[in-house]
Amino acid sequence: MPDIGIAPPAPDEAPMLKVEDLTVRFRRRGSDVAAVNGASFSLRRGETLTILGESGSGKSVSLKALMGLLPDYAETHGKVWLNGQEILGLPAPALAKLRGGAISMIFQEPMAALDPVYTIGEQIAETIVQHENVDRRTAMKRALGLLEQVKIPSPERRLKNFPHEMSGGMRQRAMIALALACSPSVLLADEPTTALDVTVQIQILLLLRQLQEELGMAVVFVTHDVGAAAEISDRISVMYGGRFVESGTTREIMRNPQHPYTQGLLSSTVHGGMRGRKLETIPGTPPNLAHLPPGCAFAPRCRYAVEACRSEIPVVTSETGAMVRCVRAVETVAA
Amino acid sequence: MSGAQAQDPRDRGGPAQPLLIVDNLRKHFPVRGGLLNRQVATVQAVDDLSFSVRKGETLGIVGESGCGKSTTARLLMRLVAPDAGSVVFDGDAVAERGGITVNEMRRQMQMVFQDSYSSLNPRMTMAESIAYAPRMHGIGRKEAYDRAEGLLSQVGLNPRQYARRYPHELSGGQRQRVNIARALALEPRLVILDEAVAALDKSVEAQVLNLLADLKEHFNLTYLFISHDLNVVEYMSDRVLVMYLGRVVEIGPVEQIYRKPRHPYTRALFASKPTLDPDRRTTEMPLTGDPPNPINPPSGCRFRTRCAFAQSVCAEKLPVLAAPLDGDTDTDLPHLVACHVPEAQAAMGHAAMGVHHA
Repeated sequence: MPDIGIAPPAPDEAPMLKVEDLTVRFRRRGSDVAAVNGASFSLRRGETLTILGESGSGKSVSLKALMGLLPDYAETHGKVWLNGQEILGLPAPALAKLRGGAISMIFQEPMAALDPVYTIGEQIAETIVQHENVDRRTAMKRALGLLEQVKIPSPERRLKNFPHEMSGGMRQRAMIALALACSPSVLLADEPTTALDVTVQIQILLLLRQLQEELGMAVVFVTHDVGAAAEISDRISVMYGGRFVESGTTREIMRNPQHPYTQGLLSSTVHGGMRGRKLETIPGTPPNLAHLPPGCAFAPRCRYAVEACRSEIPVVTSETGAMVRCVRAVETVAA
Repeated sequence: MSGAQAQDPRDRGGPAQPLLIVDNLRKHFPVRGGLLNRQVATVQAVDDLSFSVRKGETLGIVGESGCGKSTTARLLMRLVAPDAGSVVFDGDAVAERGGITVNEMRRQMQMVFQDSYSSLNPRMTMAESIAYAPRMHGIGRKEAYDRAEGLLSQVGLNPRQYARRYPHELSGGQRQRVNIARALALEPRLVILDEAVAALDKSVEAQVLNLLADLKEHFNLTYLFISHDLNVVEYMSDRVLVMYLGRVVEIGPVEQIYRKPRHPYTRALFASKPTLDPDRRTTEMPLTGDPPNPINPPSGCRFRTRCAFAQSVCAEKLPVLAAPLDGDTDTDLPHLVACHVPEAQAAMGHAAMGVHHA
């Protein structure tokens, strides 16, 4: 059975990825959207952190901010260290060297992420040539090895395939191969299994878990799917209104959620045991990021909300390192 | 439920007659190509599909993408014409001599699609969209709009606030509520929900599922619930039909299908479901590879190329839907499976596949 607790703290080991107080704001004529409002996390070698949240919670924007993939009008603040090097605000050429090298990303839609006019082999080889100064033949050979590593059947033939000639699951594997081409130390995965069938989804999750074990990369996995999160993560951070409202080990979050939003999210995740019962739902809809309420963004939908929720929300941290951002949790933890 | 059904004035055949009988429905799409655009292959999207839907029940349809779930829905609504087979709605054959016309069928059978945005006309307000079908079916303007406003409040949207809005002014969950209201505008008896909650966030999905359950009771509805989400189908359905590459591989009451699946494909499909339990993670792949292409599917049993139990008979003979070989089924609500191999049918639960190691 895979170990899913927090990896034993090794004080001498620096985190591979450390993010401190990341904020992203989209400001354009007439609109001001606060997409990410102070996200902090850190990841050790071989660790998987899942950012769990619904659409518009700021989870994908956070990943894109780390990769420097946001449009010009996005204002990004905060600090991001990759292997000890600060990377936020690096000049474009330096960032281009990192992307696809030490840090790489996979996306929900491989068809949109891959280039339709080049073969899979050409695209992987191109990345290797760009980053490592090797000749094309060596790069092609490495590409073949990568396709084998992600378990694509008959890889020699697939190397010459265009993206449209592959099925959804195969394309997702090809994109993973591309992301792994230069042995990244951090892999960012933005809903990579959302568009897949369950039978293929579990194959991709198992593949990611196995590759991570072999290569020791740190993975940030973004999803809205509680099931996928439970299958892959060591730790889960729940995002709402551009903030983490709760973080903890997978076991802590799944078994004993503290924040009312996490509780609501888990109880509205349907499973067969709920047959015949009415589902407990969270009333209302997620907040508009252009008009976030002051204090706790979840307060308008929260049945435990009190007056204090409208002002600054305290962060409660337990001994195990679990975090919850809720006024009422102070009472429950103190009790 | 059955008592209420019997009082429905629209009911013709009585509660025992299935609301919908589908018999040997088939749809093959031609694939054209080459210099002269000749037909080079055939996609066997739906092949000899037969099932029935009882009055007042929810029949769930599950399967991987490309298995023909949505084509089935479109065939039933006659959005595409079937190549062969018949559909009988409460005793009346659809679009056949002596039966009912497609238009009459659509008054009683409506559909909700997955994409809430593209299924609404962007230039029509919510009230206009909902009132459109009643008006086309000859109901006066005033009455149609009154009905639209009533339906909006039925689906939990205040008509004063939403009747005059356009699709882009609503969230995904709200738009899907409007689509449901529109489907109910003709007071149908059967509603086909084709991945109707798939695009919604979980907290919104739960709200819409609750709404669907309420509406079913209130309007005496029968649902055909198509989804790839096995958890949602288990929650919603009374009976479940499992499709693989255009054919039915198993059908039966929901408890039977989920607790004692008989077809190796059904078992593998359920074993692929994330466990939601970090201490009992999936450790082995239940199935490898993607579903084969429905262009020229395997001979005999279509699942045999991915099946651990496959024998020579599976390639030679097409398995038909029948009671399990050990005879363990209910005559009233039969559990049927299309599989030749007794050992494959007898294997129990996920443990038999060596999938879960607690």
